Amino acid sequence: MSPATDTAHEAPTAAHGGRWNRAMQFLMRDAGVAIALVLIVIFFSLTAPYFATSENFLKIFVQIAINTVLAAGMTFVILTGGIDLSVGSVLALCTVVGALIMTIPDMSPALSIPLAMLGCMGTGAACGWINGFVCEQWKIPPFIVTLGMLNMASGAARVLSNNATITGLPQPFVDFGNAIVGGVLPTIFLIALAVVAAGWFVLRFMVFGRFIFAIGTNEEAVRLSGHSPRRYKTAAFTICGLTAGTAAMVYLLRLNVGSPIAGIGYELNAIAAVIIGGTSLNGGKGSIIGTLVGACILQVLSTGLQLFGVGDNFKPIVIGAVIILAVILDAYRERYLRNLETR
Amino acid sequence: MGTEPAAAGSLGKAAPGEPVLRLRAVGKRFPGVRALHGVTLDVQRGEAHVLLGENGAGKSTLINLLAGIIDPDEGEITFDGQPYRPRTPMDAYRAGIRVVHQELNLLSQLTVAENLLFESLPQRHGLVNFPEMNRKAAALLAEVGLDIAPSTPLERLGVAQRQLVEIAKALCHDSKLLILDEPTATLTSKEIERLFGILKQLKARQVTLIYISHRLHEIYEVGDRLTVLRDGEVVSTQPLAGLTIPDIVRLMVGREIKAEHVFRPGVVVGAEILRVDGLRRSAALPEVSFNVKRGEIVGVAGLVGSGRTETMRAVFGADPRVAGHIFVDGQEVQIASPQDAVQRGLCLLTEDRKNQGLMLGMSCVENITITDLAKVSHGGLLNAAAERSAAEKLIQELRIKTPSIFQLVRNFSGGNQQKVVIAKWLFRGAQVLICDEPTRGIDVGAKEEIYELLWDLAAEGRGIVVVSSDLPELVGICHRIIVFAHDRIVGEVPRAEFDQQRILSLAYEEFDLEPSH
Repeated sequence: MSPATDTAHEAPTAAHGGRWNRAMQFLMRDAGVAIALVLIVIFFSLTAPYFATSENFLKIFVQIAINTVLAAGMTFVILTGGIDLSVGSVLALCTVVGALIMTIPDMSPALSIPLAMLGCMGTGAACGWINGFVCEQWKIPPFIVTLGMLNMASGAARVLSNNATITGLPQPFVDFGNAIVGGVLPTIFLIALAVVAAGWFVLRFMVFGRFIFAIGTNEEAVRLSGHSPRRYKTAAFTICGLTAGTAAMVYLLRLNVGSPIAGIGYELNAIAAVIIGGTSLNGGKGSIIGTLVGACILQVLSTGLQLFGVGDNFKPIVIGAVIILAVILDAYRERYLRNLETR
Repeated sequence: MGTEPAAAGSLGKAAPGEPVLRLRAVGKRFPGVRALHGVTLDVQRGEAHVLLGENGAGKSTLINLLAGIIDPDEGEITFDGQPYRPRTPMDAYRAGIRVVHQELNLLSQLTVAENLLFESLPQRHGLVNFPEMNRKAAALLAEVGLDIAPSTPLERLGVAQRQLVEIAKALCHDSKLLILDEPTATLTSKEIERLFGILKQLKARQVTLIYISHRLHEIYEVGDRLTVLRDGEVVSTQPLAGLTIPDIVRLMVGREIKAEHVFRPGVVVGAEILRVDGLRRSAALPEVSFNVKRGEIVGVAGLVGSGRTETMRAVFGADPRVAGHIFVDGQEVQIASPQDAVQRGLCLLTEDRKNQGLMLGMSCVENITITDLAKVSHGGLLNAAAERSAAEKLIQELRIKTPSIFQLVRNFSGGNQQKVVIAKWLFRGAQVLICDEPTRGIDVGAKEEIYELLWDLAAEGRGIVVVSSDLPELVGICHRIIVFAHDRIVGEVPRAEFDQQRILSLAYEEFDLEPSH
């Protein structure tokens, strides 16, 4: 190749060329899922009875909270190229720990509630750290390690709770969980938003976040750049466990019981939210805002279909199809974006 | 040819005397590099055609093209009298072209017999006919002289045996054209003899061979004609008879030492900056020692697999080592990981830029600052402005051509990608740059820029090691050249005595140029 053509080749003006081009890139890369959500909401608002009511939105916000918190942590792990199948049963374990602490006889709520919070989040973080440590220490795929943790945490929850649900949480706690801010924003939804905001900040503005993306993009390059990916990957799992603990608190706030059978299948919903939100299972690409939108899409679909009168048996069929559709669209989107970049 | 009766039979549709394989002006371009250009080549039926060229000359591209792994951008290929345009390896098989790749494509969990007959397992009532399969496999194994049971799991075989299995597999499919990519690299001399026997039988059966090897002396055993590729173009096609090894080496090296003007005699060579003493990668391998001074560019020559890349990776802590001391600026340092090495001011520009050097899906800035984010952050919080200005400074200094610092590096040409890798190490303040194939896959013009850049860095008092298969490159830019062969350093040539043929002969270590061949 002659130097002249080389220069032409080396100046891919596309990404920063036409305004149209740039607008398309923004739409496709950053706003694609959000647009899908808006379209789905408009569709149901126009067609499903009662969908566009404040009670319905309130209900959606309540139902969305747990999955959003779980999925926020899951985003960290998936961005590094990992996966965490244990979050559902870690959540169950944490609800048991939290509920046990809050039901200690004769302890004042002012003490037991913060202690329960610590207990939940500490337990979750510990489980996550173990996941990360085992994966990295013995180079075992996260799929296997977290599958093991799924069983262990579930067993631990049953042992601790004697296989019974734990009720009788302090009244101030229950009241806080039922509170609604401004008529339409439940406290637990605000907690979920806060978790997402914190995650967004970390991924966007912190050195740690940069490493999460870098490791997901090319772990070997990060290693050969003189860093230890291991630390950051373990931290990602720990964060994922921490959000599972946080989600357990949200669960307790919402349902007021600690239960060893809580959270069954939650890990799959969380993964689905992350994937629909545009994060690549291969790591390195995605965003936590996308995850929030993904969680919204899942819940809006579920609620909307219900209002349509689609039976509980058919709903999973539609939702499953949507998950697959999202990934197919993502593949097209990726191809389209690459074309834009190099045009 | 079109009038040729179908009864031509097993000899195919090409008229007798017509080449079985014709390439006309075939070209292939990868982003930022021209891998093949205007390749015109005829291969006669039943001949053994030797394909030679340095690394990056275009041999693999040519093979992959014939094997249906990649598509040519331009040109025409005719095989056996028919236009040949394979889209998948399966198309190539059906046409009768088989490639025995350097990296073997065998299924290690299956048995030898299953591997041999994988594409057409003998069946009976829809089930695999195991007795038949093993019987056929045994016949094939006998043909290549491999004395193992067909039911042996492949994973129990050594590399050489696997190589023979791969060849046996090619035999069973009645191939018309067999392409062998360095088939002898892992074989012992006895096995090689056996292989040559088989190849001669194949030739007698009018099977055409394309044979690629770095071992120059052995090509005389089987080869009829020779084509030398250089920079993606055919340099020459001629009969092997009458060519001496020095002739061939001259053809391969060919081009004059173009980079000569790059050498800067004025640069002061200072104190020793890196010394590697008695490094062993494993107990079975010999010791390796070398040093680099400030302001010096040391070349490392040797064939692929001679241990040069592996040694450099071990110095950098990327691969394990069992013995050896490393000194930086005269002080012994402990390097157990790339982290340690980077802290001591060492850096490694890996030969595989895309998979090991860069995060292709991330921006130019992010790739540059990844080596030292502490410099552009405070309390774990990135300072976007500081990061941008630091990266912009390097982008300007190294003349990285990009419309925006946020452009993803996967859209960069090879030359610019390499500059990003250099930039990231300069950002970390590296003092010793170990560059493994720094200009592989980079266009000629951009190569010169990289050379200039390396010299700028040397002039600033850094120590540079350049590992390269491109001998003229080393001769052009280095103060001295260390030659690796069989995991050892077999020689060191100072600039005053640079002679490409001498260095090549050291690297090949199999022939002396002094006595005639």
